[in-house]
Amino acid sequence: MRYAETGFDLEIDLSRGSIERVESDPKLTQLHLGGLGINAKILWDRVPAEAEAFDEDNLLIFGAGLLCGTAAPGCNRTIVSTFSPQTRLMAYSMMGGFWAPELKYAGYDRVIIRGRSPELAYLWIHNDKVEIRDASHLRGKGAIETAECIRRELKQPEAQVAAIGLAGENRVFYASIEQGRSSASRGGIGAVMGDKGLKAIAVRGTKDINIARPAEFMALCDQIWKYIKFREEHPIQNVIPIIAGLGSPQEMKLFDEKWHTTNFMWGNSRTRRKDFWNEEVEKSWKEMQESVRTRLISCYNCSLKCGATITVPGIPTYMMKCYSKLTYTMAAYSDLEFGFKIAQRATEYGVDGFSAPQVMAFALELHEAGILTDADFPGMPADVEGRFFWLLDRIVRREGIGDALADGVYWAARKIGKGAEAFDHNTIKKHEQLPLKLGMLNPVYYLMYSTGEKMNITQIEGQFPQEPFRTREEREDFVSDWIQVPHEKFKRYLLDWEPRGEKSNPHYPTIEASCDIVDWQEKMHYLDDALGVCAGLSSFPLKPPYHIHNFPAFISSATGLQMDEAAVWQAATRNRTLLRAINVRRGMRRADDKPPEDHWKKRFPDLEAKLLDGYYKMKGWNSQGIPTKASLHELGMDDVAEDLEQRGIIGNGQS
Amino acid sequence: MAKVKKTIKGLTIDADKCNGCRACEVICSAFHAAPRYSSINPARSRIRIVRDPLKDIYIPVQAGEYTASECTGRNKYIVDGKEYDECDFCRASCPSRDLFKEPDSGLPLKCDMCEDDPPLEKPKCVEWCLNDALIYAVREEEVDEAEVSPGDVEIGVESLIDKYGLKQVLDTLARRSKA
Repeated sequence: MRYAETGFDLEIDLSRGSIERVESDPKLTQLHLGGLGINAKILWDRVPAEAEAFDEDNLLIFGAGLLCGTAAPGCNRTIVSTFSPQTRLMAYSMMGGFWAPELKYAGYDRVIIRGRSPELAYLWIHNDKVEIRDASHLRGKGAIETAECIRRELKQPEAQVAAIGLAGENRVFYASIEQGRSSASRGGIGAVMGDKGLKAIAVRGTKDINIARPAEFMALCDQIWKYIKFREEHPIQNVIPIIAGLGSPQEMKLFDEKWHTTNFMWGNSRTRRKDFWNEEVEKSWKEMQESVRTRLISCYNCSLKCGATITVPGIPTYMMKCYSKLTYTMAAYSDLEFGFKIAQRATEYGVDGFSAPQVMAFALELHEAGILTDADFPGMPADVEGRFFWLLDRIVRREGIGDALADGVYWAARKIGKGAEAFDHNTIKKHEQLPLKLGMLNPVYYLMYSTGEKMNITQIEGQFPQEPFRTREEREDFVSDWIQVPHEKFKRYLLDWEPRGEKSNPHYPTIEASCDIVDWQEKMHYLDDALGVCAGLSSFPLKPPYHIHNFPAFISSATGLQMDEAAVWQAATRNRTLLRAINVRRGMRRADDKPPEDHWKKRFPDLEAKLLDGYYKMKGWNSQGIPTKASLHELGMDDVAEDLEQRGIIGNGQS
Repeated sequence: MAKVKKTIKGLTIDADKCNGCRACEVICSAFHAAPRYSSINPARSRIRIVRDPLKDIYIPVQAGEYTASECTGRNKYIVDGKEYDECDFCRASCPSRDLFKEPDSGLPLKCDMCEDDPPLEKPKCVEWCLNDALIYAVREEEVDEAEVSPGDVEIGVESLIDKYGLKQVLDTLARRSKA
């Protein structure tokens, strides 16, 4: 018997209409844990390096994390992996909600989809019964609407449904996959689903997930709840409210948006409005939010309330994730009411809440600059809110200028030309980033932005504070119960880090310390993404309940595999290295590892080069950011080394 | 009539506080697994959240009595502008729905308030509900000592005779009284 996992994958070939239930190799669990790790291994083994996102050879994998479906609090993440039409590299986007545990209860750890359905279809997984069903009646329907229709027609109110909207059907490069209160949005995975002719996957399961050492495992779960309770009662001191608690930033619960609205940029990541937030704004935004927010809600088996049900009079109810309440508002220089209204339509269309508003702000900038003219926007309203709705409608249908814009800022700028490229100032590896423009280079963030395979800072950054505390006293207070650090040296890094002077950015944390900090942050994300643990209880917030010291016991008691800290750390290293190898095989090199040019005003090219060198060296990669044969051997990935060698990417003195 | 003291264990369910996470279902199915905590499966849980997120319906319901036949209840309730089915509040394990049945055998499930030896401080679902939507409530009540009047028996027997005929009832009574 397999514990924590089911031991079975569903292999769906949409071209042939075939469905297979295949037993998975338990060795893979030991090596890669599950979730992102095994998804990556499958992509490496089975998708040719030359395959593009919209080739039939490309796979779309819905993987449940290793601990999903167990009682471990907040383990509910579905990890969707494929190759991105936008970055042309590996895309992995995650969603919380209820889908992954349901898949496990149906008896599967992942669904692997290949080929392309001749007609629009959806997949219905009900324990051992799996069907590819006609979805022609769902064409053009919103993602949430689709889920409701499917639940009704199957008479399965408890089925969990992941669906695409119009954006995915029309292969918008930043189309999302929506699932009730959650979505997997980044990297255009919804476009790949649309290209495969798959409108939705509905799942319902009523089988057991078994635990290897039940009493031990349950005691660990109880400790997590206890710590969550403790952290709710003891928010972190000396930090802004939005990051003092657990979970993703509590955007639905809190009203104080001073930090986001005055530190993040408005428009196409263009303007900082330092005086935006005042009492009047606070009062009206609070009233607005309270008037539309029906209930604070969570994902599966989690006591937090990171999301909310939103009902704006006159438009259908939807559920909102944290930060998208501000992305449209700020991109349009508008207000919260507009944000709540357009987010509803964007959710039904299924677009990424980071990329979509930025693309629209970019289009309006090009219009203002005369690069695009009135002829490109026939019938566009005069008010900015109307313009955003107008643009969104055209983008998801790929109509007129919407067709170019549907490829995202990077590709649209190149298609439009006439100097539009200069307005593409906030992408990394062709992918839109958070609207942040700052002063002094932060060495830790420089490395995370440059090298992260996710290309999305919130999924790389984490529990090391983003800025130094003002006083030594505050620092000492912070480290006094900092049990999550993998090593005592991290406390020293924080204690010595000053807001100004010698021990401040960009030269402190030192190169070595910066590499250590980044390594810790990203490893925790790699573990979460393999186990299905929500980052909001682990890698993302300050002082989370899950950490490297309790993960080994969780994994061991749930699965029966004996893994100590070193083994768990090595699995995270292996997964991180494999993702790098996948992207390297597709041509990614050092030149691609860079933040947007204007992310910081004060840049330090020599220091930055040394930071990258230090990071690559620590990872066991060569100066081009390519894993070396020796480091791959150490991780038991000789097959990867051999493949890279055969292609001439490593070897012959290159590493 | 004689009064007796009776301890009544129950839950106060504050549905407004429910965030829909289903932790109660997780821990219930784990606690009642054999060996204890060895498996998780919300379909086996004796507490379920009847949820319809877009309609803002979240009702934690504990499994109650088994019933062999459906009731006539097909009423709709509108409370605070939200429309509920009568079944949304019902605790029965009944043929009209999948709730509160072992998924493999179809046998009915019933909440036992996590009876254990030694007794738990409170049922596990309450312990795992950090949002206090489920609150454990023990109260003592003085109740009339149950007394059955001959008249009640008469009515019962009459309806049995109506249904099965006198002979069938007599045969059954004769068999039972021998045992």
